[in-house]
Amino acid sequence: MAASTAVLLDVKGASRSFGGLKALSEVSLHINKGELIGLIGPNGAGKTTLFNLLTGVYPPSTGKILLNNESVGGMKPFKINHKGAARTFQNIRLFTAMTVLENVKIAFHQHARHSLFSSMLRLPKHFKGEEEITQKAMDILKIFSLADQAQETAGNLSYGNQRRLEIARALAAGPKLLLLDEPAAGMNPNETRDLMNLIAWIREEFDLTILLIEHDMSLVMGVCNRIYVLDRGVLIADGTPVEIRNNPKVIEAYLGQEA
Amino acid sequence: MEYFIQQLINGISVGSIYALIALGYTMVYGIIKLINFAHGDIFMVGSFIGLYSAKFLSNAGLPPVLVLLLSLIISMTMSSLLGITIERLAYKPLRKSTRIAALITAIGVSFLLEYVGVLILGPQAKGFPDIMVKKQYQLFGSSIQVDSNQVMILITTIVLMIILQYIVRYTKTGKAMRAVSFDMEAARLMGINVDRTISATFAIGSALAAAAGVIFGMTYNSVDPLMGVMPGLKAFVAAVLGGIGSIPGALVGGLLLGTVETEISSLGYSSWRDGVAFAVLILILIFKPSGLFGKNVREKV
Repeated sequence: MAASTAVLLDVKGASRSFGGLKALSEVSLHINKGELIGLIGPNGAGKTTLFNLLTGVYPPSTGKILLNNESVGGMKPFKINHKGAARTFQNIRLFTAMTVLENVKIAFHQHARHSLFSSMLRLPKHFKGEEEITQKAMDILKIFSLADQAQETAGNLSYGNQRRLEIARALAAGPKLLLLDEPAAGMNPNETRDLMNLIAWIREEFDLTILLIEHDMSLVMGVCNRIYVLDRGVLIADGTPVEIRNNPKVIEAYLGQEA
Repeated sequence: MEYFIQQLINGISVGSIYALIALGYTMVYGIIKLINFAHGDIFMVGSFIGLYSAKFLSNAGLPPVLVLLLSLIISMTMSSLLGITIERLAYKPLRKSTRIAALITAIGVSFLLEYVGVLILGPQAKGFPDIMVKKQYQLFGSSIQVDSNQVMILITTIVLMIILQYIVRYTKTGKAMRAVSFDMEAARLMGINVDRTISATFAIGSALAAAAGVIFGMTYNSVDPLMGVMPGLKAFVAAVLGGIGSIPGALVGGLLLGTVETEISSLGYSSWRDGVAFAVLILILIFKPSGLFGKNVREKV
């Protein structure tokens, strides 16, 4: 598998149980550099659990996770973030009491060179570093059309803008792999379409690889290169959107329920 | 009226000490939701470190201002290391267990510090060296008196507050602190080193308590291993009064409590002083549990 293109993320037989409940069992998947991959499945299928394993919220019970050929399973979340995997949350988790700009700057800060020491002494390095970060943060906000609201408190943004700010914040960490957990949840069809176009665009612009959880199947069909389908903790199918659409297992597990 | 103002000035001195200790309570609570009952004893340790460094430095023949400054710095540095160590050894392993477990551990650490202090230093109070010769200043004719020590307390407190505000608002560490206190999980996933941020919080809180310890020693000239108990509890009251988790709240709470106490004493009810402080706590808990500057936070489920 994946002989010709470079694999960015390789999950090998990852399982995770909580007490007696097996939330994920023997999940194996791989994502090549530059791909936009969809992860779908009914409620409670284990999609967010997989994201939590990938970002280090908890370690896999068994199995391996390789990011850029380096094992990251069980590594601390902030380390995984520094290795190049950033995420957004299904339920928005912005730092709502801080400004829009600060939210983005915080993610940048972790890569800043100036130390607390130079900040305390107000060395020129501090000001230069801060200025650079503010500039970069504003550039990202511009892409998401949030630059006008940079000084606004994040909690005061509209719902759709909060979702976009989450993506902006994740991007600020300079990730190679971007994990989006239902980025379009609660958006209306127009907003959703705009967001999907934006996601496709940032993938090009920032040279990203994206794994996207989405509840709405019709939505992922349009943009994703390949799709993985989870059901009750087991990977039941993978393939191109057309293959998934015609896969009887998927129709039974997923579409069958809704139709 | 002059008498009242005189007591107000005295109250501000006491209140500054409460405020400095209360900041540590409030910052630690803000970030890991723990009432660190060992905090008052870090104040005590800071005071002793200040005492010994002041003795050593004045014997070495340094000028008084330098002795004060260096004692403060030594005491603050060593106490912040102690704070970090306590967090690593006692609280970090319990971060995922219930809050009550960590709280009881904090009480245990408090006793440990107190009685190791008694064991090593003995239970008797020790005199704090006179670092600076006290001078009296008269204001408004001769009606109001301020001594140099009170001026020193006020200057030290204000300088430390400015530094603290600067760290919290403008530095990378300060922003990480605010992010962690907001949502630890999200902060971690945004690349923030949560453990290091918590250590920094303990370090800063302990350093402020140590500064309060040195100032306290200079003001009251007497330190003993159990001296941290009462000021620690009072500072806790001050932190709750101001709204626990709020930095300006700790400052205002401390000053308010100090003033109220001093005014009560000056009216001739000095034996009621401590009682009044805790009555304030009870009233706050009944009528405004979130404190003066606290936000009503919904419990996250």
